[in-house]
Amino acid sequence: MPDIPQAPADAASTPVNAALTRKDLVSDQTVRWCPGCGDYAILAQAQKAMPALGVPREKIVFISGIGCSSRFPYYMNTYGIHTIHGRAPALATGLKCARPDLQVWVVTGDGDGLSIGGNHLLHCIRRNVDLKILLFNNRIYGLTKGQASPTSELGKRTKSSPLGTIDRPVDPIRFALGSNATFVARTVDTDVEHLGRILERAARHKGTAFVEIFQNCIVFNDGAFKDVEERATRDDSGIKLEHGKPLIFGKGKNRGIRMNGLKPEVVTFEAGKPPADLFVHDEKAGSEVAYLLSQLCGPAYPWALGVLRAVEEPVYDEMMESQIRSASEDSISRDIDKLLAGADTWEVAVP
Amino acid sequence: MNSSPAKPKPVQEIDSVTIRFAGDSGDGIQLTGGQFTNTTAFAGNDLSTLPDFPAEIRAPAGTLPGVSGFQIQFGSHEVLTPGDTPDVLVVMNPAALKANVRELAPGNVVILNTDAFTAQNLTKAGYPANPLEDGSLSSFRVIPIPLTGLTDNALQGMQLTRTQVDRCKNFFALGIMYWLYERPLEPTSNWIRKKFQKVPLIAEANAKALAAGHAYAETTEIFEHHYRISKAPIAPGRYRNITGNEATALGLVTASRLAQRSVFYGSYPITPASDILHELSKHKAFGVRTFQAEDEIAAVGAAIGASFGGLLAVTGTSGPGICLKSEAINLAVMLELPLVILNVQRGGPSTGLPTKTEQADLLQVLFGRNGESPAAIVAPATPGECFPLVIEACRIAMRYMTPVFFLSDGYLGNGSEPWKIPRLNELPDLRVEHPSDPKIFQPYARDPKTLARPWALPGTPGLEHRIGGLEKQSGTGNVSYDPENHDRMVRLRAEKIDGIARDIPPTPVLGPREGRVLVVGWGSTYGTITQAVKELQKSGEPVAAVHLRHLNPLPRDLGAILQKYDTVLVPEINMGQLLLLLRAKYMVPAVGFNKVRGQPLKVSEIHVKIQELLNRPPNERRSSHA
Repeated sequence: MPDIPQAPADAASTPVNAALTRKDLVSDQTVRWCPGCGDYAILAQAQKAMPALGVPREKIVFISGIGCSSRFPYYMNTYGIHTIHGRAPALATGLKCARPDLQVWVVTGDGDGLSIGGNHLLHCIRRNVDLKILLFNNRIYGLTKGQASPTSELGKRTKSSPLGTIDRPVDPIRFALGSNATFVARTVDTDVEHLGRILERAARHKGTAFVEIFQNCIVFNDGAFKDVEERATRDDSGIKLEHGKPLIFGKGKNRGIRMNGLKPEVVTFEAGKPPADLFVHDEKAGSEVAYLLSQLCGPAYPWALGVLRAVEEPVYDEMMESQIRSASEDSISRDIDKLLAGADTWEVAVP
Repeated sequence: MNSSPAKPKPVQEIDSVTIRFAGDSGDGIQLTGGQFTNTTAFAGNDLSTLPDFPAEIRAPAGTLPGVSGFQIQFGSHEVLTPGDTPDVLVVMNPAALKANVRELAPGNVVILNTDAFTAQNLTKAGYPANPLEDGSLSSFRVIPIPLTGLTDNALQGMQLTRTQVDRCKNFFALGIMYWLYERPLEPTSNWIRKKFQKVPLIAEANAKALAAGHAYAETTEIFEHHYRISKAPIAPGRYRNITGNEATALGLVTASRLAQRSVFYGSYPITPASDILHELSKHKAFGVRTFQAEDEIAAVGAAIGASFGGLLAVTGTSGPGICLKSEAINLAVMLELPLVILNVQRGGPSTGLPTKTEQADLLQVLFGRNGESPAAIVAPATPGECFPLVIEACRIAMRYMTPVFFLSDGYLGNGSEPWKIPRLNELPDLRVEHPSDPKIFQPYARDPKTLARPWALPGTPGLEHRIGGLEKQSGTGNVSYDPENHDRMVRLRAEKIDGIARDIPPTPVLGPREGRVLVVGWGSTYGTITQAVKELQKSGEPVAAVHLRHLNPLPRDLGAILQKYDTVLVPEINMGQLLLLLRAKYMVPAVGFNKVRGQPLKVSEIHVKIQELLNRPPNERRSSHA
């Protein structure tokens, strides 16, 4: 038996993914989010995106913390753990280090990930553990019925802040970039096609992939990201970043972003004739470039959507694995009798 | 120094002796003590040690807070404790003298470095007058040695700085002590050669100082004779010296081999548990995965994740860390995953006394979680016993799918004793099976014997399932808010832990199976209690002792044992935690003996307490007052 347990040898084997469809990923549990919640769309897209990744269902694990978003694993017919508030990245880190053969996803929210679990999120990202982190941001505490969250706008009136919040909000994207994330993306629950594509990109990234998903809370924060969610306004309120392409947005594809020093600037032009000085997106640039792009927030700018950064860096669990592999190559150093004896021993003879 | 060979000095036979080395924390006291210990073990004596160092890394030199100590008792018979108070005190400066002198009895020996008794050092230690001159030490046998000057002389001609010479004086002192107690120089000179092989000059200087100290003691007139302590009757076999923290780490590596799965150790640095992380991180060749987490919560969280993945998952800390881990440990109780939690207890509450020992976390680990949250608890009694007991913790965790606490403490963790090196084939088989058949799999079905749920591993086709902190439906493991189901699950979790008692060997009793006084202890008080009880038994007193290794569940035969004695005495380094449990569970009028000084209990005080109970008139013996 190997040191790392594998699935028992006599387990019924399924042909690799040949027959895996969206339905195979739907669990037998009744989904209990509020009608109209953005979580439904995210769940559906995740179930749809998984088969294309070619990972057998039994090798996929979803780990969540506490909050509405964290009920997610119950509805995925994969392995999963619904853990405690804020700690999903810690459990996921342990699991991925223990079992590098698994694909491990973390599902968290703005409160779970950035308030109570901020420390774990920071360290998970800076270590670059091979985890896929989905942060559902609805700018409110939903499960506890409507208190301000760390992403709520300054001055927001909620049950716990009747005169408006006095906490300045944190921007999840900037938090991730500040933690030296190797993959940072943003998408929107209602844009299912974009959401599906971003999930797939995240899944294929080696290292921590951090994805912020704008999400509406129909009960406690309806219209949280209305401009960028609604069909009528979304093209003018969001800009889809594409690697190597100039930053162009708007219903008429007639607006763009250029940099004035370190400040982005919106320019309008005749469709099809963009000016030469539009900012060209480079996912592989340094984090300072992605940080410049993170200024693209509504309502002053269109929200930056898509992959802000995707670079390759050493991966924590791979480095752990390789240290263990190279240490184990020496069979003498695996001699347990020698280990127990230590450096200095003496013999007590039979009297 | 006169080099003409002196006549060999007479030898005096003694049974045992307790020596305490004390000096500045920068004086290399722990190193000196460690070397004396290894050499003494090598010489065939039984021994027990107590390192006692300040929480500050380098408190201002020469001050009382900076005093570091190391005590060892060794003898030609069984040695169970580091000794109550030193027979011989070796001090490197006035502060070390001041911090330790009040524990000495008249006639005790004080060996001191006179060169350090300068006006400045006396002031730093708060001595208004020089104790070497004011007669305050007149009841002791003071042996003044100008250690610094002698070391300087011995190293003349070597290209060394003042500081380098000064750092060799502890080896000069060690050389003196080796002569005084007939210890060989070789183990330490070999160690010096190995340790300083990259700096031959320093190696030579230290070895020279060691030899010079030995020669000095042999030739000068300050000692009339030296002492011989014969080899102790120790069971035959191969031995090494081991601290509790080392034994814990090696126990985990061994458990990994016995279970045929890698160890995952999640930990955050904390005194006095960090040495376990240091030791384990050296053993990657055995597949050990160590994870220095961002905090205590992540350390236990990662371990739970690794356990879900099928590894032997362990987290280690001290009391303050347990506070932080409690919520995650409760998750492991709900998930019913194997998890070993090491708690090397220290003085509390809060930051408390980080480098001192205490037994005050028993009720914390038993009860310190929300809801009805049972978990198993084991506690080693000696440094060497950390090895089998941590293996026992792993066995229970995997067999019963539960968190298990391992309650060590600062004294066990840092203290050392000779340890008979175990053989792998004498140890239990820890292998467990994982389910694979989707047709019969239910995440919360139970093994009829152990009530454990199946440990299904990710990667097994057809066994995909979700677990979490919400209450589970019995069997399916689905989320359930059903009132009757919750009651059933609360009881099942409790029954599972209680059932571990069927798996615990009968409790050994030291002494008569019935009598006047039974002393019940747990953890690091073992040596003290055992020695006190054995002394009284020798003088014919009707006293017995039981030392518990399993604290939850308690052994099934314990209740009957307790009933057989007029009085039950429970000595603990806390305010009476096991006492509370025994009184509540068995309704026996047990009494406590409790001292919470950050130090091990003393044999003499237990002795006095038992005597006091033996002397009580019979009609008071069943009363509940101490």
